[in-house]
Amino acid sequence: MNSSLLLGDEAIAQAALDAGISGVYAYPGTPSTEITEYIQSSPKSINDSVHSHWCTNEKTAMEAALGLSFAGKRALVCMKHVGVNVAADAFMNAAITGVVGGLVFVAADDPSMHSSQNEQDSRFYGQFALIPIFEPSNQQEAYDMVFEAFDLSESLGTPVMLRITTRLAHSRSGVTSRSARPQNELHFSTNPRQFVLLPVNARVNYQALLDKQPEFLHQSNNSTYNQLFPGKDTSRGFVAAGIAYNYLMEHFPDGCANPVLKIGQYPLPIKQLRELAETCQELVILEEGYPLIEEALSGLLGVGLVVKGRKSGFLPRTGEFNPDIVGAALGFTTLTEVPVSELVKVRPPSLCVGCGHRDVFEALQVVYHEHEETCRIFGDIGCYTLGYLPPFRAMHTCVDMGASITMAKGAADAGLLHAVAVIGDSTFTHSGMTSLLDAINDQSPITVIISDNETTGMTGGQDSAGTGKLEAICLGLGVDPEHLHVRIPLKKNYEEMVQLLRNEMAYRGVSVIIPRRECIQTMGRKKRK
Amino acid sequence: MHSDDGQKKKEVNMKMDIILSGVGGQGILSIAAVIGEAAVHQQFYLKQAEVHGMSQRGGDVQSNLRISDKPIYSDLISKGKVDLIIALEPMEGLRYTGWLSPNGWLVTGKTPLINIPDYPKEDVLLETLGKRPRTIILDVDAIAKELGSTRVSNMIVLGAATPFMDISYTAIEEGIARLFGRKGEEVVAMNLKALAAGKALAESSIN
Repeated sequence: MNSSLLLGDEAIAQAALDAGISGVYAYPGTPSTEITEYIQSSPKSINDSVHSHWCTNEKTAMEAALGLSFAGKRALVCMKHVGVNVAADAFMNAAITGVVGGLVFVAADDPSMHSSQNEQDSRFYGQFALIPIFEPSNQQEAYDMVFEAFDLSESLGTPVMLRITTRLAHSRSGVTSRSARPQNELHFSTNPRQFVLLPVNARVNYQALLDKQPEFLHQSNNSTYNQLFPGKDTSRGFVAAGIAYNYLMEHFPDGCANPVLKIGQYPLPIKQLRELAETCQELVILEEGYPLIEEALSGLLGVGLVVKGRKSGFLPRTGEFNPDIVGAALGFTTLTEVPVSELVKVRPPSLCVGCGHRDVFEALQVVYHEHEETCRIFGDIGCYTLGYLPPFRAMHTCVDMGASITMAKGAADAGLLHAVAVIGDSTFTHSGMTSLLDAINDQSPITVIISDNETTGMTGGQDSAGTGKLEAICLGLGVDPEHLHVRIPLKKNYEEMVQLLRNEMAYRGVSVIIPRRECIQTMGRKKRK
Repeated sequence: MHSDDGQKKKEVNMKMDIILSGVGGQGILSIAAVIGEAAVHQQFYLKQAEVHGMSQRGGDVQSNLRISDKPIYSDLISKGKVDLIIALEPMEGLRYTGWLSPNGWLVTGKTPLINIPDYPKEDVLLETLGKRPRTIILDVDAIAKELGSTRVSNMIVLGAATPFMDISYTAIEEGIARLFGRKGEEVVAMNLKALAAGKALAESSIN
């Protein structure tokens, strides 16, 4: 027993270590990154040889975790919500195979899009895959749920999802840990069909997954994380899931007069929901993300229960909750904008002074302005997306990991004369290599800039899978060596970079330019060590 | 392991809601870490919401730090309920003044970090801050220079905030000793000196 001040992410990591994982598999992504980083630096993981190297993307992470589980050992796999899209093929099918060693899948959602392109709600993925989901309301619950999720996963032979949001991931609080248990021994399934999803087996496995659903529901109905707190005022009942519970209770420090059902485990506990619905005249649903519970309770036709939430307009449909938003809906506070002095200006994030990406955009914006009518710049996910903002304003798209190259290719197919893709080294190996292969096989006239800072910069400088391998990868994929160029992005090479861009943009085939200079943040951290 | 001072301070209805603000990279989290260490050591409940990710690249960052003798629900503080703003940069201090409770204090560093083209005129900004009641503006650079270390600016600002916190000064000192202990006695001593200098300055400007 040991109490310490931990981020939600760190509580998850500590719980996984204490629950006896043999490996964590992940690709960095805000707000999930600190889970893996904590394990990487934990003495326990080093002593017990827990695997913790970064994976190339979320799909490879999910598959490796499933392989570890196949071999009988416990695996933690973590990613941000949009990473779940990348892992989805493996994730959905892992629900069909089931697991041997416990497998807990952490999906870190980002309502309000603090560092993301959307605010998709991973609970739908868990529900879609027909697996149990835990959703903690605080750091201690995050710890306890992960520990228990491994038990549930092993005893029922299913992957289990833990759904968190940014606020929980990046907030610190006291966490009491449990005594650690050893890792599993290597062992295998006795069912030869389990991991061979030929249709003949998959049909059997899918039925087996469906047959487990009543047990999953039984677990939820009897879960200590799904608690119905009675209240005398039954004119309204609350259903509050995960961290949304806190924003409700913030307004009732001495207890709520209305019945409150706190949700922390899915499938939704029908027993408690029925009890609440039968005693209350209306239900208010508080949930971060999409209106999953609200839709389940209100139904398509809106007949029957009176249900209020994000979808009905009682609460905002988008964005993260806070005490003021919930308080305003409940009539405790008026939601007024706090007056801010007009002296206070917006201070957007910007590329660091001295960053190599800056030198890339200094040159690129010049060539772009020479061809404004015929040139578009396709961006990607990473620090360099800030090239969209002033002073550069040299980016026209940012959609998903790897999309820069493939969207440039598609636009070139459509007849765009100068299609330029800008992608970072880590994003390139994550999802850009297959994009480049498509472009090469089609001989698309595109210019690909792999801005290589030899790290995964935006998330804080994690190892990048392609460091030292980028030229070999490009050549192996079939890039013409005449049109593969490596340069150092520095002021003194500015003229040369501008000319190189002009030349390669004039070339009617795939060219790749790799400006390479280490991220100054990563370099600084190495020096301080 | 509590100091007597710490025990005395742990009174009923202890509640401190603090906003720490600055620019990504300035290191507001080291201030939060010290306060957190002191608060938890005194058996208080604590929640501290941090900002990681994109905004860290030179954008405005803030952290909500809540301390109480009762369990805390929300990680975020309600508007108008903030007891104390600790800012490392004057415009970032001014940004959150609307969140303060009527009796809340603002403690801010004086030196602007200008990384945007429309940063306000420095004299106008400081004059506006100077007119505010319950505001302490610290010439951190001057104190740091006097102390002979530019790496303790955060602890100077924290020291200046200690008179407005319901956590004993001793507990903060012990927090620094525990957090920086690994870096050696000299580092601890320098940080404690910075803390004391900040505190002295705040106290002299209140009186």
